[in-house]
Amino acid sequence: MRLPATARALPALFKIGFAEAVAYRAEFLVWMLSTTMPLIMLALWAAVAREAPVGRFGQKEFVAYFLATFIVRQLTSSWVAWQMNYEVRHGTLALRLLRPIHPMLTFAVENLAAQPMRLVVALPMAGVWLWSVGADEIPRDPTLWIAFGMAILGGWLITYLANFAIGCLAFYLESSIKVMDVWLALYFVFSGYLVPVELFPPALRVIADWLPFRYQIGLPVELITSAHDGGAALVLLGRQWIWVAAMLGGTILLWRRGLERFGAYGG
Amino acid sequence: MISVADLHKHYQVHRRPPGLKAALRSVLHRSYTTVRAVDGITFEIRPGERVGFLGPNGAGKTTTLKVLSGLLHPTSGEVLVDGHVPRRREHAFLKKIMLVTGQKQQLLWDLPPAETLELNRAIYDVPVAEFRETMAELTELLELGDLITKPTRQLSLGERMKCELAAALIHRPRVLFMDEPTIGLDVSMQAAIRGFIKRYNERQGATILLTSHYMDDVAALCPRVIVIDKGKLSYDGGLEALVRRVRPEKRVVLHLDRPVEAATLAQLGRVVTHDTAEAVLQVTQAAVNATVTKALATLPVRDLTVENAPLEEVMSELFARSRAARESEQEATLT
Repeated sequence: MRLPATARALPALFKIGFAEAVAYRAEFLVWMLSTTMPLIMLALWAAVAREAPVGRFGQKEFVAYFLATFIVRQLTSSWVAWQMNYEVRHGTLALRLLRPIHPMLTFAVENLAAQPMRLVVALPMAGVWLWSVGADEIPRDPTLWIAFGMAILGGWLITYLANFAIGCLAFYLESSIKVMDVWLALYFVFSGYLVPVELFPPALRVIADWLPFRYQIGLPVELITSAHDGGAALVLLGRQWIWVAAMLGGTILLWRRGLERFGAYGG
Repeated sequence: MISVADLHKHYQVHRRPPGLKAALRSVLHRSYTTVRAVDGITFEIRPGERVGFLGPNGAGKTTTLKVLSGLLHPTSGEVLVDGHVPRRREHAFLKKIMLVTGQKQQLLWDLPPAETLELNRAIYDVPVAEFRETMAELTELLELGDLITKPTRQLSLGERMKCELAAALIHRPRVLFMDEPTIGLDVSMQAAIRGFIKRYNERQGATILLTSHYMDDVAALCPRVIVIDKGKLSYDGGLEALVRRVRPEKRVVLHLDRPVEAATLAQLGRVVTHDTAEAVLQVTQAAVNATVTKALATLPVRDLTVENAPLEEVMSELFARSRAARESEQEATLT
């Protein structure tokens, strides 16, 4: 990849991606509504914690946790598995392959270009989060904020690469969407999206620690809600970035091998 | 510029008969057959040539174009396009080529074509001054006007094809692969696109390999044709020579002042078509002069032209001969 020329193309790609996100605003709104599960979980867990706290989670902690979960989900989303599956099956991936820029990059920029639209929803929610936890509970340590930024980036990369890798399976299978369904089922259980990972039974927690899902959502949320001190945060961040590296390697391999099987059907 | 040696592209295709039983059986046991989409073709194309790539449906034309543009990995054989191995998809290669298909579009559906053009400018790293110059040229050649500022979905098929061509050519590719570029367009739009392709080739010196089922495209654009059928090359040479080889007879077209009996016409040559105002006779090359002289002397002829057989007929005869040759080859193998 020739970085200078590619880097020069990024603003144009981002602009087009944003223009498309705006053009599909109705679909975008429907998708946003489908991500409100943390708000439902918030209501459920807050009700459970009304009588007595669950672990370290009282009502206030659950509110902070699930509002943060909602925001992190908005910032770490990707839908490239569906795009890839469609484009491989219908052959339209050919149009991307003809351009002198790696499709992995163009899909990434298209996904990231929707972030400003997501911020429109995430920022007010961040305001509610701030109001609910109180200014005193906001982490003051700048390194924690840096770690949070790293965790968000790592979480997005894991989500994007997992999506891309599953999308690549369309080179091998009739359709890779069923694999995505399985991934999503595991993601909802093990990421901390529905239940904070620290409330898992010990055996399940060990599994969650070794799977990638927790590092997609759980880790950034735990960092911003001050669940870890500096040392533990670093260890977890290290694990997250090992997953990023492993998934990058695996995805590139799947892509290269898959491309040899690409049929470029139609037209 | 383009060199193809013993190119093969085979696919494994899952086959199953219709019905529930077959569907259930295919869950446990899948049977595959090998389809030889391209089966050992060899040809060379020089820089700046315009070549028609012809064959019936399923002949392997599009597959070959996709291999040449780096979309498909060949099963075996050597392919070089301007010194590049296409399947490696190097940036320098991708900046030199473009594949335009009449059935797939790169224009962003909900945005005006101007956005795709700007995106391609950035991706192909075209300097702004060169982009403006190319756009001015393309706007003139393709008569784009204000089309590029309307949302793509609101454009007609012909208008979209013009914008597709502009988007495909913004980086001035040196090699242009075109797969049915005029499919579905009306006659005047087909002529406009043909004129544009010819002028682009002349101005830029680009090499063009074109597939089309419209023989008017081929006749207007391609001095040379390569014909493939069932993945095998059946002809490579000049269009005129192909016509002479397959249909050496000439057509004498008579425009008549009044109706003439078919039996009278049959004395001059084989009657191909015949109505009250026009008759078409087929005669050998050697008999053309005699036929013309006799027709002018004995029939109420208002006007007369001598033509080759239509290219559609030439091609369908060529395909029929290839099919017959294949069948007899198979029979010989079986016996």
